[in-house]
Amino acid sequence: MMNRRGNLKALALASAMAAGTLTFSLQAQAADTIKVGILHSLSGTMAISETVLKDTVLMAIDEINAKGGLLGKKLEPVVVDPASNWPLFAEKTKQLLGQDKVSVIFGCWTSVSRKSVLPVVEEMNGLLFYPVQYEGEELSKNVFYTGAAPNQQAIPAVDYLMSKDGGSAKRWVLLGTDYVYPRTTNKILRAYLISKGVKESDIDEKYTPFGHSDYQTIVADIKKFSAGGKTAVVSTINGDSNVPFYKELGNAGLKAKDVPVVAFSVGEEELRGVDTKPLVGHLAAWNYFQSIKNPANDEFIKKWSAYAKAKNIAGHKDKPLTNDPMEATYIGINMWKQAVEKAKSTDTDKVIAAMAGQTFKAPSGITSKMDEKNHHLHKSVFIGEIKADGQFNVVWKTPGPVKAKPWSPYIPGNDVKPDEPAKK
Amino acid sequence: MMKRWMTGKTHALLSLVLLAVANSSYALTTQEMRSMVDGETDARIEALGKAVVQADEKTVLFLQALADDAVKLVAEQVLVVKGAQGLDLLTGVSKPLPDTAQDVISNNRLRGEIDTALAALKLFSPDTTLRLAAATALLKEPDAAKLPLLDKALSNEKDTRIAAVIRLAQAAAQLGSEDVAIRMQSARTLAESKTPETQLQLNQRLGQETDPQVKALLQTALREIEGALHWGERLGALFTGASLGSILLLVALGLAITYGLMGVINMAHGELMMIGAYATYMVQAAFRKYLPDAFDVYLVLAVPLSFLASAVVGALLERSVLRHLYGRPLETLLATWGISLMLMQGVRSIFGAQNVGVENPSWMSGGVQVMANLTLPYNRLVIIAFAAFVLLGMAILIGKTRLGLFVRGVTQNRPMASCMGVNTARIDTYAFALGSGIAGLAGCALSQVGNVGPDLGQSYIVDSFMVVVLGGVGQLAGTVYAALGLGLINKILEGWTGAVLAKICVLVFIIIFIQKRPQGIFAIKGRSAEA
Repeated sequence: MMNRRGNLKALALASAMAAGTLTFSLQAQAADTIKVGILHSLSGTMAISETVLKDTVLMAIDEINAKGGLLGKKLEPVVVDPASNWPLFAEKTKQLLGQDKVSVIFGCWTSVSRKSVLPVVEEMNGLLFYPVQYEGEELSKNVFYTGAAPNQQAIPAVDYLMSKDGGSAKRWVLLGTDYVYPRTTNKILRAYLISKGVKESDIDEKYTPFGHSDYQTIVADIKKFSAGGKTAVVSTINGDSNVPFYKELGNAGLKAKDVPVVAFSVGEEELRGVDTKPLVGHLAAWNYFQSIKNPANDEFIKKWSAYAKAKNIAGHKDKPLTNDPMEATYIGINMWKQAVEKAKSTDTDKVIAAMAGQTFKAPSGITSKMDEKNHHLHKSVFIGEIKADGQFNVVWKTPGPVKAKPWSPYIPGNDVKPDEPAKK
Repeated sequence: MMKRWMTGKTHALLSLVLLAVANSSYALTTQEMRSMVDGETDARIEALGKAVVQADEKTVLFLQALADDAVKLVAEQVLVVKGAQGLDLLTGVSKPLPDTAQDVISNNRLRGEIDTALAALKLFSPDTTLRLAAATALLKEPDAAKLPLLDKALSNEKDTRIAAVIRLAQAAAQLGSEDVAIRMQSARTLAESKTPETQLQLNQRLGQETDPQVKALLQTALREIEGALHWGERLGALFTGASLGSILLLVALGLAITYGLMGVINMAHGELMMIGAYATYMVQAAFRKYLPDAFDVYLVLAVPLSFLASAVVGALLERSVLRHLYGRPLETLLATWGISLMLMQGVRSIFGAQNVGVENPSWMSGGVQVMANLTLPYNRLVIIAFAAFVLLGMAILIGKTRLGLFVRGVTQNRPMASCMGVNTARIDTYAFALGSGIAGLAGCALSQVGNVGPDLGQSYIVDSFMVVVLGGVGQLAGTVYAALGLGLINKILEGWTGAVLAKICVLVFIIIFIQKRPQGIFAIKGRSAEA
């Protein structure tokens, strides 16, 4: 049904384009629905992580429509596939904002895709909700960041490892995939560790190319390094390179209690394809885990399970999993809805003004608040240990929500930058 | 399987353990169990320490269950999980676990404490391997409070190897002593054993040491240990190189036939590997579902099936598409690239975009320790042997059999072979299917070390072409040298420069090499019919 309508529309669009009456037909449609753009890779390397985020937005849209829509109108999703191709992200954004005239875009995962979309969104005065933890060093009037900034993930994780319960680590291996997020995060962590009295010689920074699969040398190096004192590994390894890395760790006999590894990009979804037995006890830092017990999370998981079953989503229909970026996406779209209701308009500038200070009862168990100024969420930080079933035991959490610092104080020059986006 | 065996063993040993440490008048209480599983970490560790000192038989069982993450809380009770049943250790009564049962969460610090506590109790076990493991565990976590226990164990110990480890553990525990003389003495003892464990202890002490004399001693000891460990590191680098080489060899061997011998620029080679890996996944999943007891041998079936699956797909591909394109390499490139996209999307539609988990058989996890700081992982060893086996099989097939003769004949001079009555079209199909099947075997091997997902082939396609081109197109021996050479160079460079630079260096090296010697390491000698 849905499909046939979509095809018909495509056909109508094509003929309209041929007749040169494109603008007319779009305006006619725009009157009765509010369009929501979804910009997540559905093919290519990032499909692994991003596909579920598209489904999360669709689920939230269904939910809002079932409750009568927004401002008396139905929401209409416009799904595009930028195919893990960074320049294509910018093109698709142009299409969403220019042709489809969407009111808001939910999308991007890697920092490089966000950087590619950013100038387009700013130029065309669009609105982007970005749901993934990232390296900070950015603040745009047109973007809301619902994932964690470094001080909401990386720094608390390091603090935990330095604490007695975390193993009082003295030496640090900062291991990552070679691109902007790990490089920047490690720069911040290095400065932070040094401010805590760790010597340069006790920090070992290492990078591997994208898709690296042979971690023998790296694990041997970690083993050698760890003979010099209690060592912890901070891993910003991207996506599925984590599997060979953890396998190698297990085979080399490095146990979590000897050399704990804390990862920033490994969640429930990433562990799906992994034999988790050798990983038990290694850590991950996030702002949400599926295993967190509270009514809001129970409801979120129940909704997702039902939706996955109803829509026959591969993998999730048998074993529904939720993760941090899904939660961030869900918070994002709900806050956007509240802001639109408050502004009584989908006009970008009015919605941006209405977003400040929005709150939402997040599945992580806190009432999540959008900062009045800096476009980031206040978030609780959780440290989880991997269990044999691929879920996480929460072993530590911050006492309350932490305000994001997109400009990390550990990067020189950031202290003078204002904690709000520049006005145009 | 393993776990059950371990617990069984613990049972049998219990009575003997008790002779040495147990306090007969004492019995474990629910209160104590609760204090070990619930509350702040510090309090739990304290409770654990108390329980170990006056351990009875149930304490050992309880600690073992705690270490295996098999303890749950039901209301006020602390139960040990046995399948779907919860066992109350104190009364011996089992009952089904309710859904409300709460997991006991132990963090890494607690887990370490539990393991050392168990080790302390197992130090008196009659089983030498258990005793050795226990002594090694105590060496890793030195604790002055365990000294009396170690003294007692040492006086009972007959096995010299274990006694030596216990002495080291004693020395490690005394390394933090107030008395400078004792510190010196234990530093000397530790320095004699040249292992990474003692290196860690000495390094940690060095960080806190204030006495200049002890400091100097520690520094010389550390230098000696470092010197002794050097060889292990070098051999380790060689082994990782050989291991990477064996993987490169496996992924390139199939291509050496389809591209090297048949001249098809086969961009779908990676996807044929992916199909082999998925076949392994299916076999593994079927074993887990229907034959869980035979799970450890699933590879016996997975190897031939992954070969067959890829060979069938390869044969279909050759029959339907490629045979129309022989002699037009650029078109085969485009066609096979298109096919690779279709195969990938097909797998994505059937199995989903996510990676699937392929579990190693238990005998492939872990490794064998050959030197103090050199552990060879079993899965790597198995893959090296497997690569050698596949290579041998292929060499025999191409060099000694009738089929191999035909394949060579057709590649060297197609019209002449045809004149001699060889059905060249059929030989092409067989050869392509063979190359594809070997790609399937590579996929089966890769599933044991890396990810299995629709994109699996993409990450190896460049490597496999690199190996074949470097080795010399059409030369099997060249492929072997190129694979091992690239593996070694890559790993040795990685040790120096890091993974990213090493990869760049290798690519630059190959470009220069191909510039100077386009025919690769080994060129086909003599008159080639197609040249």
